[in-house]
Amino acid sequence: MNELPASLNVIFTEFYYWVTVVIMFLIHVGFCMYEVGASRRKNHMHTLMKNTMVIPVVTVTFFLFGWWIYFALPNGPGITGGLTAAPFAQPWSELMGTHMGGKPHSAALTETDTATWARLNGVFWAAFLLFSWTTASIVSGALIERVRSGAFWLMAALVGSVLWITDASWGWHPAGWMVQKLGYHDAYASGVVHAIAGGFTLGVLLILGPRIGKFRQDGTPRNINPQNPWLVTIGLFLIYTGFWGFYAACNIPIWDIQAGDGVFYSATNIYLAPTSLSAITFNFLMALSGGLLTMYVVSKGDAFWSYSGGLAGVIAASAGNDLYHPIQALLIGAIVPVVAYKLHYWVERRFKVDDAVGAVAVHGYCGFLGVCVAGVLLWGYPSSPTEGYAVTTPWGNFIGAVIMFWVLGFVPGLIFARVLNAFGLLRIPRAVELAGLDVNTEIQREEEAREIKQSVREEARSLGIAA
Amino acid sequence: MRTGEIASWGGTITDIGPMYPFVGWEMVLTLVLLVFWVGWHVLQLRTESREYREDEERLRNKEVMTRVLDREG
Repeated sequence: MNELPASLNVIFTEFYYWVTVVIMFLIHVGFCMYEVGASRRKNHMHTLMKNTMVIPVVTVTFFLFGWWIYFALPNGPGITGGLTAAPFAQPWSELMGTHMGGKPHSAALTETDTATWARLNGVFWAAFLLFSWTTASIVSGALIERVRSGAFWLMAALVGSVLWITDASWGWHPAGWMVQKLGYHDAYASGVVHAIAGGFTLGVLLILGPRIGKFRQDGTPRNINPQNPWLVTIGLFLIYTGFWGFYAACNIPIWDIQAGDGVFYSATNIYLAPTSLSAITFNFLMALSGGLLTMYVVSKGDAFWSYSGGLAGVIAASAGNDLYHPIQALLIGAIVPVVAYKLHYWVERRFKVDDAVGAVAVHGYCGFLGVCVAGVLLWGYPSSPTEGYAVTTPWGNFIGAVIMFWVLGFVPGLIFARVLNAFGLLRIPRAVELAGLDVNTEIQREEEAREIKQSVREEARSLGIAA
Repeated sequence: MRTGEIASWGGTITDIGPMYPFVGWEMVLTLVLLVFWVGWHVLQLRTESREYREDEERLRNKEVMTRVLDREG
């Protein structure tokens, strides 16, 4: 940090990620508003707190083991090598705290470690942590109005600090085995964040079951409409806004991309391959527009599905939005959400799955299909600037999508929900679900109000101004 | 007494590594966090189960249940 250009690069990068974290915070605000708006009045506080507490639960677990997993598992382990040493990401590392980047205190670290990570570890950690909150929050919405908070927070720790970060290590780390061997390309996390969260949610939903009253005796579904559509729409607008930060956080802002001799600084995607903020801005907005345009028509102007369609459009195009032409991004964003929408209702009717906010469709199906589409459209592109890695192919990305949605998402979700259910920890008791999840607070408030009213009456009587 | 390793900001900055107090106790702090995290879940699950048992007990009273259902929204 004693040469100005190099110092500016480090300090700019530190500031860049810090800003993305602040913007991404809006995703969580949006998810909270969206879920509360989608839930019935009798469940509002429970719904709000269930998602709010994702923040501390996932933060603590991501500090304890999530961050280390990302750097330790790119080889599987056991697929392309063993565990990778990541002393800077261990929770007891001095680099997981306030550090000036000078001489290391611990013998496990080198001076290069401290110089590299002292100013970047916290902001990188936080950027990935916000992705973790998002992954857990996606699961949250689908389960509203009948899942126990305690069960959900255990799921949040599992999906937010173990499962998604394992797939990120495999398919998002520049040296991940899926990138090396499959040519897996998923620049803005269609599969890495969205497909896994959707798959996990579907697995949990199959065990959790629908809300009471969702299905008629003959098995046809009823609509449980959002209690507050305005809160839902503001929530989704905030998620759109936070998504900008998400896109920026998936890039490296300044990197020398010139192979061999010479220097050329550019932004890169997460695989250190060239892209630019300008390119991804084109594609983000075009994909968003595609989703909004088609889903408005398909859903006959339904606000919930139109907004979700915009989000689904971005998610569908995200895998290749570092490289697509904007019109390609728009077409993907227009078509894939329609398929996911149809799938949502087919799965609902066929398997009696009650996904309260369409999370499996918007995130899971769109994420899965988005990865598959990227495999076709980016066929033959290098997956990484590193020589010797596989190129992107339809089958490589398809296998990757299966790993994300089914292997690391659906199967663990199903098994974990079964275990929680076996211990009677998964679902709210039926009487409480019928009465509303806030019944405890409401009855208590009613009793307190009655007591206050009584004491006021007695006071008035003692003053002789009331009978 | 000094809790950290920094006695002055006047020295060579590149000599400064970890800046927080009690350097060397990171493993203990990690264990404290681990216990805090696990303990929180255990406590929360117990409290939640107890509250649901109490709620179910209250809701066995038909008058209470009817009053609550009348507010359905």
